[in-house]
Amino acid sequence: MIKSNSGIRKTDVINRRMFIIGAAKAVVFVGIIARLFSLQINENTKYLTLSDKNRIREWKLPPTRGNIVDYFGNVIAGNLKVYQLHIIPEQVENFNYLLVRLKNLLNLSDKKIAKINKLKAELKPWDSIIVSENLSWSQFVKINNYLYDLVGVKPVMTISRNYPFKDIYTHVLGYVSQPNEKEILDSQIIQERFVPGMKIGKVGLEKRLENYLIGTNAIQRYEVNAYGKRINQLEHQKGEQGSKIRLTVDTEIQKACGELLNEKAGSISVMDIYTGDIIAMYSSPSYDPNLFLFGISQDEWQLIRNNPLKPLINKTLSGLYSPGSTIKPIVALSALENNVIDTKFKVKCTGKMELYGQTFHCWKEKGHGWVSLRNAMKQSCDTYFYEVARLLGVDRLNITAEKFGLGKKVLGEYFDNEKKGLFPNTKWKKNNLGRGWVLGETLITGIGQGYIQSTPLQLCIMTAQIANGGYAIKPKIIVNSNPISYEDAKQSMESGLLFDSNSDALLDKKLFKNKKNIKIVQEAMFASTNERFGTSYKSRIDDPKYQFAGKTGTAQVKRISKRERELDLELEQIPYKDRDHALYVAYGPYINPRYALSIIVEHGGSGSKAAAPIAKKLFKLIIDRHELRNKQSNFERITI
Amino acid sequence: MFQHDRLNNEITLFQKIKNLDYILLISVILLSIISVFVMYSTDGGEILFHTKNHLVKLAVFFPLMIIVAFFNIKFWHNFSYIIYLLVIVLLIYVSFFGIKASGSQRWMDVYFFVLQPSELMKIAIIMCLAKYYHRLKIENVNSFTSITIVLAVILIPTIFVISQPDLGTSILIALSGLIILWLGGVKIKYFIYSFITFLISLPFVISFLKPYQKLRILTFLDPDRDPLGAGYQIIQSKIAIGSGGLDGKGFLKGTQSYLDFLPEKHTDFIFTLFSEEFGFIGSVGLLILYSIIIFRIIRIGSISRSNFARLFCFGYAFAIFIYIVVNLSMVLGLLPIVGSPLPIMSYGGSSMLATMIGFGVVLSAKINHKQMIA
Repeated sequence: MIKSNSGIRKTDVINRRMFIIGAAKAVVFVGIIARLFSLQINENTKYLTLSDKNRIREWKLPPTRGNIVDYFGNVIAGNLKVYQLHIIPEQVENFNYLLVRLKNLLNLSDKKIAKINKLKAELKPWDSIIVSENLSWSQFVKINNYLYDLVGVKPVMTISRNYPFKDIYTHVLGYVSQPNEKEILDSQIIQERFVPGMKIGKVGLEKRLENYLIGTNAIQRYEVNAYGKRINQLEHQKGEQGSKIRLTVDTEIQKACGELLNEKAGSISVMDIYTGDIIAMYSSPSYDPNLFLFGISQDEWQLIRNNPLKPLINKTLSGLYSPGSTIKPIVALSALENNVIDTKFKVKCTGKMELYGQTFHCWKEKGHGWVSLRNAMKQSCDTYFYEVARLLGVDRLNITAEKFGLGKKVLGEYFDNEKKGLFPNTKWKKNNLGRGWVLGETLITGIGQGYIQSTPLQLCIMTAQIANGGYAIKPKIIVNSNPISYEDAKQSMESGLLFDSNSDALLDKKLFKNKKNIKIVQEAMFASTNERFGTSYKSRIDDPKYQFAGKTGTAQVKRISKRERELDLELEQIPYKDRDHALYVAYGPYINPRYALSIIVEHGGSGSKAAAPIAKKLFKLIIDRHELRNKQSNFERITI
Repeated sequence: MFQHDRLNNEITLFQKIKNLDYILLISVILLSIISVFVMYSTDGGEILFHTKNHLVKLAVFFPLMIIVAFFNIKFWHNFSYIIYLLVIVLLIYVSFFGIKASGSQRWMDVYFFVLQPSELMKIAIIMCLAKYYHRLKIENVNSFTSITIVLAVILIPTIFVISQPDLGTSILIALSGLIILWLGGVKIKYFIYSFITFLISLPFVISFLKPYQKLRILTFLDPDRDPLGAGYQIIQSKIAIGSGGLDGKGFLKGTQSYLDFLPEKHTDFIFTLFSEEFGFIGSVGLLILYSIIIFRIIRIGSISRSNFARLFCFGYAFAIFIYIVVNLSMVLGLLPIVGSPLPIMSYGGSSMLATMIGFGVVLSAKINHKQMIA
């Protein structure tokens, strides 16, 4: 019984201890359920997010750039569908066989094949290799026909920048290409939206307006496994195309500029004298920006780079030229404004002028005889302007010239390659060259030679501001959110106030002291083009609808030696590099003027022979387009 | 005494079948069915290697459980020491001739499957100690000799298993043994003293751990320490469970699992997959099913006449509980990753074999619950 008794006691102990354990078990299970509750119910959202983060990968696609259109809405920088060929290595059954097939179909070079093999080794097997960025339609069709035999090949349609007018707008628009490391790091926006294959603006407006044009990435979401392999496509989030930018330029006129400067080096700028709209801005020669889209070939690049006419330079903004006689309207105006001369003031031209033993020649060896302002301007008498400049002094001339737009950037904020040019004065020389100003330098400044340097666009705005009656205008190339119509601009100017389209403010921007003086200069320019013996008389148009006033200029590239002066060589006999630059500035129509232009033909010879005839051809078109331009009143509001 | 004699008579097969515990049986069957479906999900919704093998094992071990149940509990009592010694021999065998895999040597090839003797030890130690305390007089429970013997019985297999190395299983073996010590009536203060001693000696114990084991403990303390390395398993497991939510992502829709973010999803992390697909409701349901099993085992223990059966059932109920708690705590990030399977659910033959034998002995105790053992 002791044993049995012990057995019962033992059973009691076991049962009691089991009860304690049982209670502990219940507590632990409740604890585990609490933990489950906290993870699955309380923190469910957090873990769902983490789970999605695990399984969902986003692939950004290149954003679609905004279009750039001309004033009439024609697309001048757009987007084109391009056909590409991708290989997905993991789907390929026999890689070498595939490469041989593709090589035959697309005429791929051995170098390209080596590159593909290299890419294949570097990339993950499910990452696609881009074999060709831009297949022609016939190649694309060919590939599609043989697709059954090309396992692992994917023909892809994507979007690429396209410049339909090719070389016409190159210097205005610039071009896009693959960004380099620095460009990606420098711009927050590019950094955020960068994807391989994306193109960004490299120069011109494409670069300046990058942040507006770039657009947002389309996003493709895929479900991936733990190793990063794509399993399913989940959704597609559409990207937003970049902003549309409307320019003030007129493609017809721009095209005409291109034709007129064909095979010449030079520049043409056309500007609305009231609104400051740039109608055309062409630098010659140009090049096709489409070449840069898929990587320019070495040969093509060398051809552009080594062209002696320097197509890479935007001559309108970066080309620095002596204005030559085209400066004379400003010299005359400055002298009139400072009461140095009046319309009756006369100088006797003998063909040269002596000053401190130095001889200053007039272009006409025999001299012009007694000339007044009007005649001097008409025949571009150098002696007269030597004398006026001597009386005026360079510092007073500098003030007027800078007021009218010389020596400072015209479109500075838009183009980082724009040059300031130079209009010298005594202080400038002292500070920069460390020597005192010499009177002889004043004389040659008076005929636009010497230190003075200007860009073609500066000459254009100078002319425009004389043409509009002497009011400051703010040139622009982009139609902004507050476009001003030509009539409003003209009216506000004539009422003495200028409507600044950028700041909504009405500003007084009179550039003259006496309105009469502007008129005198305008009339002198009219005479130069439309009266006998005028330097550009041959290029005149008699129809008052198209009649224009202008001033020729011939800028020496090198000092003419005495011997050369005696030889009086024909243009063809002088080496190209030594020929004078031909310049012409003009505005028209003479009654109710609307547009100003500047033309420069590098090494073209004299302004009257090489530059003024271009103006004649161009003005007809410009005036004819005016009606259309005026009708184009549906201003699109684009915020820049 | 008359009663005893009558009960000592053999019970007929029909009576045996009638006396089986059907609640326990149905729960085990239900758990088996669930485990097959979950295994099917780990195979990505196809009947592949794991699902097939799991099914085969269930088909073999479930009948084995019934066979074990049909042996008299007295038989198991009589053979307890021998079984224990047999498993010790197997442990010694694998420590010399065992199959090595992923840095440890704990398996042996028995032709039709790969056996892990340490899993069998989980059951053997309970049987052995149950018999010991069954035979031990209550007065001697706290005697020095008995405690020394019991500790030796626990320590010997534990040391073998630790040296394989397999920390998880050795802890489970030690805990299974200690619970019998507790149930047997060893003084509470001894437990408290040894617990304090354990805490003090913990730093020394840690210095003996393998680098990967130390790493697991460090990772447990801060899983974000190395999210792509050692902490990966815990983090991914928590993400899977947490993202399951109230009602789960749905059967075969656990993204963490089928996109391969979940490590060891067939074995130790099977609950993670289950919980991701069936959510909080499913998880609690599974816990309830386990609780029913545990409760039934305790109930069978408490109606048993013999203290051997009682001790075995209570011990085994605790063992099952501890397996579940360790596994769940591990996948829920409450304990370091020690590598312990979830009974029946996890893929793995030895674990299932041991569990089924355990259930078999429990069922045998039920069939023979009136059996007295001298």
